Amino acid sequence: MADEIKTLSAELARDPQSLVFLRLGDLLRQRGQLDAAHRVALSALERHPHLADAHDLYARILADKRDYERAFDEWDMTRRIAPGHMGALKGLAFLYFKVGDVAQAVAHLEEAERVAPDDFTIQQALAMVRGQPMGSAAARPSGHAAVLRPAPPPPPPPPPVPEEPMAPPAGPLEDRRVFAGLEGAQEGLLLLDAAGRVLGGALRDWNGADVTEAVAAYLAGVSLEAGRTAKLLGFGAWTGLAAEGQLGHVHLAQPGPDALLLVVRDRSVPMGRLAIIAQRAAMAARRWLEQQA
Amino acid sequence: MTAAGYARSLDLVTRVRGVRGAMIVSSDDGLVVAEHLMEGIKGSAVAALAASLATRLRRAMAAAGVGASVFWHLQGEQGALLVVPAASGIVVVAVAEPDVNVGLVRLELLRAAEAVR
Repeated sequence: MADEIKTLSAELARDPQSLVFLRLGDLLRQRGQLDAAHRVALSALERHPHLADAHDLYARILADKRDYERAFDEWDMTRRIAPGHMGALKGLAFLYFKVGDVAQAVAHLEEAERVAPDDFTIQQALAMVRGQPMGSAAARPSGHAAVLRPAPPPPPPPPPVPEEPMAPPAGPLEDRRVFAGLEGAQEGLLLLDAAGRVLGGALRDWNGADVTEAVAAYLAGVSLEAGRTAKLLGFGAWTGLAAEGQLGHVHLAQPGPDALLLVVRDRSVPMGRLAIIAQRAAMAARRWLEQQA
Repeated sequence: MTAAGYARSLDLVTRVRGVRGAMIVSSDDGLVVAEHLMEGIKGSAVAALAASLATRLRRAMAAAGVGASVFWHLQGEQGALLVVPAASGIVVVAVAEPDVNVGLVRLELLRAAEAVR
């Protein structure tokens, strides 16, 4: 395997457009070299943003890294490009199963079965997810795990258990003071790292509930997708994403290469004003990030 | 709505100075429903990415409690993507120069979204 990795790496270095990254990324993933696999997949996605298999590979790596939120997004993207993509259907079924949404897991496996009616591993997985007896299928060499897990064969999938938090709680309270002195510092400003972890600020909905972690978990996918879209369109780096909602407005910016800033205000604050608030907050965040480096 | 109707709606968006193209996209599957694009813009890929971004943004906005998205605008160093979600899982998308009059494009996109309802 090591030799093959070396050969594929050399081939990819010779021809960066080559599709050997698919095999290379998967081999690295299987060997547990997840960071290297991650780099290969990300770099390949920049070159092949609408290749379904590239998104599928990236999703498998993310799933192995337990970044299930982004894995979900990548498989979702895979299906948008190739609706009958087997890897994505199995991967999504796995994720739904993992969080206990059996109905969705079954729906995705049934769809996979329609695409590949002769694939007995899908039938096995369906039987297991539906809680049916395994019957003769249990004796077969490849069990349910093979189809429900993004990676090949390993141990059976875990029972549906509550998910571990997508974005771990932020660090010490002091770290949240990145926006000290700015308007709405503790209620409508949020600074995240590339993985969606909260670095500073906080967010509350209109009922006063703390929605910081929930929003942070979703934003990592937004940032990645915004970068990909801007690149595909030849826009260069994306500089902001402003959105008008029915109840409020949001503005996203990148104060640093691995950071994301969110500003949220109600509809009484015009979008232009929100952009100015975001600019100021981005400057504060940039200074703070530099101090932390 | 007829193909001619879609074309007419998109035509009004693309008449705004700085707009390089407009599309109507199914946000459920990221497929192009109708398009009016300048050469060199990969319609199907833009549609897939715009629909995906719209979905993710919708989730984030819902979690933040700001309600459904009415209009959003991705700003890049050399261009902009402007999107208005319409009814029935459709989004109307404009690809524009970075210095486009965002307010004017927003207005035309909202009109187009109203027309495709």
